[in-house]
Amino acid sequence: MGTSALEFEKPIVEIEKQIDELKRMAEEKSMSVDAELAPLVDKLQAMRAEIYRTLTPIQRVQVARSPRRPFTLDYLRLCFTDFIELHGDRAFRDDASIVGGWARLEGETVMVIGHQRGRDTKENLYRNFGMPHPEGYRKALRLMKLAEKFHVPVLTFIDTSGAWAGLGAEERGQSEAIARNLFEMSELAVPIIATVIGEGGSGGALALGVADRVLMLEHSVYSVISVEGCAAILWKDGKSPETREKAASALKITAPDLLELKIIDGIIPEPVGGAHADHAAMAQTLHDVLIENLDELKRLKPEKLIHRRREKFLQMGRYED
Amino acid sequence: MAWFRKEKKPREPRRERLEIPPDVWEKCEACGHTDIREKFVRNAHVCPSCDFHRRMRAHEYVGILLDTDSWEETEADLRSVDPLNFPEYPARLKKALGAAGESDAILTATGTMEKMPVNLAVMDFAFMGGSMGSVVGEKIARLGELSLERKFPLVIISASGGARMQEGVLSLMQMAKTAAVLSQLHDRRIPYVSILTNPTTGGVSASYAMLGDAILAEPGAVIGFAGPRVIRQTLGQDLPEGFQTAEFLLDRGMVDQVVHRHQLKKTVGQLLRHMSGKPAAAGWETS
Repeated sequence: MGTSALEFEKPIVEIEKQIDELKRMAEEKSMSVDAELAPLVDKLQAMRAEIYRTLTPIQRVQVARSPRRPFTLDYLRLCFTDFIELHGDRAFRDDASIVGGWARLEGETVMVIGHQRGRDTKENLYRNFGMPHPEGYRKALRLMKLAEKFHVPVLTFIDTSGAWAGLGAEERGQSEAIARNLFEMSELAVPIIATVIGEGGSGGALALGVADRVLMLEHSVYSVISVEGCAAILWKDGKSPETREKAASALKITAPDLLELKIIDGIIPEPVGGAHADHAAMAQTLHDVLIENLDELKRLKPEKLIHRRREKFLQMGRYED
Repeated sequence: MAWFRKEKKPREPRRERLEIPPDVWEKCEACGHTDIREKFVRNAHVCPSCDFHRRMRAHEYVGILLDTDSWEETEADLRSVDPLNFPEYPARLKKALGAAGESDAILTATGTMEKMPVNLAVMDFAFMGGSMGSVVGEKIARLGELSLERKFPLVIISASGGARMQEGVLSLMQMAKTAAVLSQLHDRRIPYVSILTNPTTGGVSASYAMLGDAILAEPGAVIGFAGPRVIRQTLGQDLPEGFQTAEFLLDRGMVDQVVHRHQLKKTVGQLLRHMSGKPAAAGWETS
């Protein structure tokens, strides 16, 4: 599992080491260790299941942010075929923190757009840690309008800690770019499915998230503010584990919480031990869920689709009348 | 009796002593000019000395924009609840209700502006920093629906630090909700003017504030997605002079005009007349 294992995954890593050790020994001495191996593998699966069944909200944040999870480009490789990437917003530049283009899902053309993080420092610098500038959102919008023009559904993948906060981003209208996407997505005349695959960070996530179906992977999170930001503002301490834990629980950012609040439409189960434990299995499940949802949405006329999408978001909120 | 022992009669004061309570004075945050409160109020909270636009309460904006006695508040009974059982939120709400004297961070009204029917929403920074929770979103949505029903133009004055984190993702979704209403107004060609005041940042600037058919900003207002403090943190250095001010945004093409508070009503009126096919107001025909 490598060096970037999460703190609470240490017991899993421990057993994995034992298994590796055993396998290595077996090879060296060319003898069978199946009898010893089987209980260890069982134990590993049981432990993964147990740890992931009882994840706390802050642990889910750590899982959601893990660089070992599948990213948008991984799903493009594993769930889709015939992908051709389209670059640029036609106004300023190409923003590599959002990728998009034509692809096929079971042979049918779709437009896929998603945040893209990096696995190592070099790639993260290129992808700006998956935190888009306005031109990223404007590229996304350009691709959505392109999909609308050719009556092709839009599938988005949300995986960002937020829109970039910096001089250039402000100068070029980060607010306007996000606002414009919310506006245009609420009347796009093709089906939209948004899936939170990792971290759904605030407005920078929502700018790809106004959809007919909003889905979350089981261990992903979706929040109005980062747990660190929330803790820093409310309790003047964004760093200590206690305040971060408190913020993570208080903000109700997990998939089950958000399903209950009717913010999302469904939860996509992850393999035992999380999406990063088995990319292929995760991709297969996602693939099937997307097809199922798309089949339902494709039956609706554009007017009805837009009407229902708007109504869904208009219903969101809790107040006393 | 010696003269110095003579009992003095207390002298009658020639007139009542002027009682000046200390809270009558106000000081301009920008230039330090001190004046009696009344003078600031009469000048729509613009400093008489340096023209700095101070913060103004929601009902005061209604007062300077809508025709006198022409308007009524809408949806005044909507109240915030604590949907997430968020720590300390009910106490904060209670405190805000007491201190701000408004029911939430927004006031919505329907009335006339230069005799034109108009629906007006004004955010109130004094209520929890103008933060946008479910009530703010719902009040804008209902005002927007009223605009759709009656074909009244919509005007929103923003003043907000962003989404109200105590309502979690519910407050984030108010961005999508308000955008959905505005897209309906757009389809029906009902004009929407957005006015940005100090400050307009976060989830409010990244939704309805930046979606106006015309976007106006008050002089000197801080407007941006991320607050200056956050950007300073990511940069690790100070921001350029005037960064994220209304004038900066005008220069970068993000707003249509920077408008003095005294000219706000006239300018919005002019825009709405153009966008709703009405003749020019008296005095504009020749200029």
